[in-house]
Amino acid sequence: MRARSKLLLPALRVGVALAIAAALPLVGAYPVFLMDVLCFGLFAAAFNLLLGYSGLLSFGHAAFFGAAAYACGVALRDWGWPPEAGLLLGVLCAAGLGALIGALGIRRKGIYFAMITLALAQMLYFVFLQAPFTHGEDGLQEIPRGRLLGVLPLADDLVLYYVVLAIVAGAWISMGRVIGSPFGQVLLAIRDNEPRAISLGYATDRFKLLAFVLSAALAGLAGALKALVLGFASLTDAHWSMSGLVILMVLVGGVGTRWGPLVGALVIVGLEHKIGEIGAVLANFTGISWFSTLGEAVTMVTGLIFIVCVMAFRRGIVGECIDWWHRRRGGLSV
Amino acid sequence: MTVILGKPLPVLMAQLLLGLVNGSFYALLSLGLAVIFGLLNVINFSHGALYMMGAMLAWIGAEYLGLGYWPMLVLAPLAVGILGMAFERLLLRRLQGLDHLYGLLLTFGATLLIQGLFRSFFGVSGQPYPVPELLRGSVNLGFMVLPLYRAWVVLVSLVVCLLTWFVIERTPLGARLRAGTENAALAQAFGINVPLMITLTYGFGVALAALAGVLAAPVLQVQPLMGSDLIIVVFAVVVIGGMGSIAGSIVTGLLLGVVEGLARVFYPPGSATVVFVVMAIVLLVRPAGLFGREA
Repeated sequence: MRARSKLLLPALRVGVALAIAAALPLVGAYPVFLMDVLCFGLFAAAFNLLLGYSGLLSFGHAAFFGAAAYACGVALRDWGWPPEAGLLLGVLCAAGLGALIGALGIRRKGIYFAMITLALAQMLYFVFLQAPFTHGEDGLQEIPRGRLLGVLPLADDLVLYYVVLAIVAGAWISMGRVIGSPFGQVLLAIRDNEPRAISLGYATDRFKLLAFVLSAALAGLAGALKALVLGFASLTDAHWSMSGLVILMVLVGGVGTRWGPLVGALVIVGLEHKIGEIGAVLANFTGISWFSTLGEAVTMVTGLIFIVCVMAFRRGIVGECIDWWHRRRGGLSV
Repeated sequence: MTVILGKPLPVLMAQLLLGLVNGSFYALLSLGLAVIFGLLNVINFSHGALYMMGAMLAWIGAEYLGLGYWPMLVLAPLAVGILGMAFERLLLRRLQGLDHLYGLLLTFGATLLIQGLFRSFFGVSGQPYPVPELLRGSVNLGFMVLPLYRAWVVLVSLVVCLLTWFVIERTPLGARLRAGTENAALAQAFGINVPLMITLTYGFGVALAALAGVLAAPVLQVQPLMGSDLIIVVFAVVVIGGMGSIAGSIVTGLLLGVVEGLARVFYPPGSATVVFVVMAIVLLVRPAGLFGREA
């Protein structure tokens, strides 16, 4: 009975979350905002697959996100491809780039890995800046949504919302399967003690590269979806500040937790949308007019959250909740 | 007019000099990064932001306080150094013993905060900063016209870099520093005040960044985002050189500045990416970096 409830409980949680997510636009939530959160949730989950479960801090994930957004945008807008093919192309481009950058990056460890991924992503950013197909500072605009499989009219926000929800949920559940698989267990072993994993006979570089490509491909899926949802792909998607943003989402939500990236994406995307209003309220409340400029100072607030998280809140929201739950049940603190 | 590889000599020399100037900034910045990394095991992401702060302070000094280039050349690095030491004492120190990645993330957050603060107060537009009276004008060397200020930048950077190298490699103080880098616990046991040394080292490292910023103020546009792309190039420089040796980071910095200058002459679109391409090649051929030891 107990064993069965242990199996059922996670499935139940996912079911409840899906039901809530499916109901949200019906009770008045704005679908485009929800889709934005979902895309970034997927992006953060893909990043967490790498940082949380393989111990690799990539500072270049915006490259995959941005490249896939451009690929999907060009395919849909300039070549007239159907949306499913555009998404697939985005994923493939991101995976290919992931293989290249990953193969170079894993030649060094730890902090060097972070610097190499950052530098290579910056190189790609300059390529995007100069290449004609990205339209430079203007970005790719007015990407058509088309019809999924020739049937579903994605121009309807609600239809697109359920499609995005299905894709993100599917990808997120598959990620859970990957983490639970023997492959995922090897990744955990590498994260916790790489020399030991090597001495057990695992070709750790191959595992790390595969994890990197997988994470890049999923980040690409998120980027392609975002281009489809918002109808544009721009340099911002590929800039290093985007890589920083996704790190922050995972950090706020909880590194190495299943739900953390989704919660983190909700918090950070919500904050970006609402920060102007929050500033106005604070300005009213405290009488300090400087707060009303908060909307233009997103980077500053992001930086502050970063510092607070690293100093005092390293487990993140979901991590703290899990810890609290364990302590309440009298178990050991993790 | 002399022509080399299809380019007129003065053009080539001017770009080479500009490359050397940029290389001097790379050298000063990567030297600071290497010194900090050696003792703290932290990659200081905010190095670029503190470089910007140095330049902005120089501009603020001239604009609001009536302090010219020469006093700010000393005061700006001093102020940034003190700020850095406070940052190390209050925040960075508490991350000791945790994964080194947290140090990177903390300094990344600090970068965003500093850049955001300067942006909200001074906007993003570039501010001109005059070349100091004494160093205006140029000398005609026959094969090229040498602007005095650019020569001054290269000279100061070289002197500061060599002094740093000398202090670390050839003096008792440097010996203690190297002992701390090698094995902090053991150095502490021998009576070296390692925590104090860490604070001073961090302060010194970021002061170098601020010095580079003040030197850059008359050459480049002074604005709050001037350090944000630079720091990534400097990271690539650090990966290429490897952080094992002080001399290595100086040489690599200057070298890559020159490579970038050459790229500007022969293939302008590639000048923004050439350092990263070199990094990729070095990683393929010699993963530990030109002067590095694989840790």
